[in-house]
Amino acid sequence: MTAETLIALVACALVGIGLYGLIVQPHPLRKLVAFNVMGSGVFVIFGALARRGAAAGMPADPVPQALLITAIVVAFAATAMTVALLLRLIESTGSASLAAEPPAADGEAR
Amino acid sequence: MRAVVSLVVVLLLLWLAVWTVVARDAFLAVAGFIAYGLLLSLVWVRLYGIDVALTEAAIGGGLTGALLLGAVGRLRGTEAAARSERPGVGTRVLAMALSLGVTAALVLCVLALPEPGPTLAPQVARELPATGVGNPITGVLLAFRALDTLLEAIVLVIALIGVWSLAPDRFWGGRPGMRHHADPDGVLAYFARVLPPIGIVVGVYLLWAGADHPGGKFQSATILAAMWMLVQMAGLADAPAVGNRLLRAGIVAGPLVFVAVGLLGLWTAGYFLGYPQGWAKPMIVAIEVALLPTLVLVLALLMSGAPARSAER
Repeated sequence: MTAETLIALVACALVGIGLYGLIVQPHPLRKLVAFNVMGSGVFVIFGALARRGAAAGMPADPVPQALLITAIVVAFAATAMTVALLLRLIESTGSASLAAEPPAADGEAR
Repeated sequence: MRAVVSLVVVLLLLWLAVWTVVARDAFLAVAGFIAYGLLLSLVWVRLYGIDVALTEAAIGGGLTGALLLGAVGRLRGTEAAARSERPGVGTRVLAMALSLGVTAALVLCVLALPEPGPTLAPQVARELPATGVGNPITGVLLAFRALDTLLEAIVLVIALIGVWSLAPDRFWGGRPGMRHHADPDGVLAYFARVLPPIGIVVGVYLLWAGADHPGGKFQSATILAAMWMLVQMAGLADAPAVGNRLLRAGIVAGPLVFVAVGLLGLWTAGYFLGYPQGWAKPMIVAIEVALLPTLVLVLALLMSGAPARSAER
């Protein structure tokens, strides 16, 4: 197995781990961290595809790599936006709970 | 030997990912996430994405980590309540099954990829000399896929407007975060005086080198933003009031110059964001230089968050 295949397979697991955390962690900040892990898994799969596109003397296809840089920056902007929303939620309600009210509904309130 | 190193890195990466999900409290999870981001940049190096590795270390691990760490401090009191909302065994088993299913589907896709992989590298190699830049990533970001980069810059500005609009009405136009106070003779203030000159030189070098070597405006902007944050944290300068017109002009200047260059292309080259023959390199440098202040301001202000006090204090 080549290194990029190994890394791509590990990235598939990262997506699964992040998804699990996103669902089971009740605190929004923990969900945000898990979501970032999930996103990074997707990025790494994409990066492994870029490496498979090595040609014309380039060690990897530069087009997906450039898109990855864009993706990382946009992911940061989205994370910053979410953190601001979260802090505002706590400021106005005093709690970080995402549970639907009344708290009978079991599951995501996103 | 290299295979062993790769294996150790990916195993550590998996372990840290699990750690961020199962850690006892949010602080431990975020600490794990920062280490995860740094390890991830090693994976990018292994995938021959040096530019991506630099961005990941600077923004993915560094800025995101610092942002989350700041949030942990302000969310301390809400963690205990959240713990009581932990889903039951049934939900967790279902979540586990769903996650395993998604992973299995992705694994099947990865194993079924065509051989050899599709690539645009030959086209990039053929067209790159026309742009005058030597780094293919910069060529893609600012010539072949310049529209993506333009939209990204606009997305960043919109995200910042979104963060600002979360300010309580009475603080609109005010300053974000708390005023930092540090011992003026302390270590922090010392570093905030000594490091910025070095950081500014490194940051500007990364911007300039990005034309022909790994680097570029994002990595450069992150370092410059970090220097500005350091000066603010040491209490040597206050965060700017978001109502400041000069600040707002600096934030929109980059995307506006980018759009102006794009419209110029419409006139000189016949299509939006086209560069006239022989003028690609100066145009690319102009966009990069114009985008730099925008990126520095937006990254630093996204870190600072919504305005939380009036402009006077």
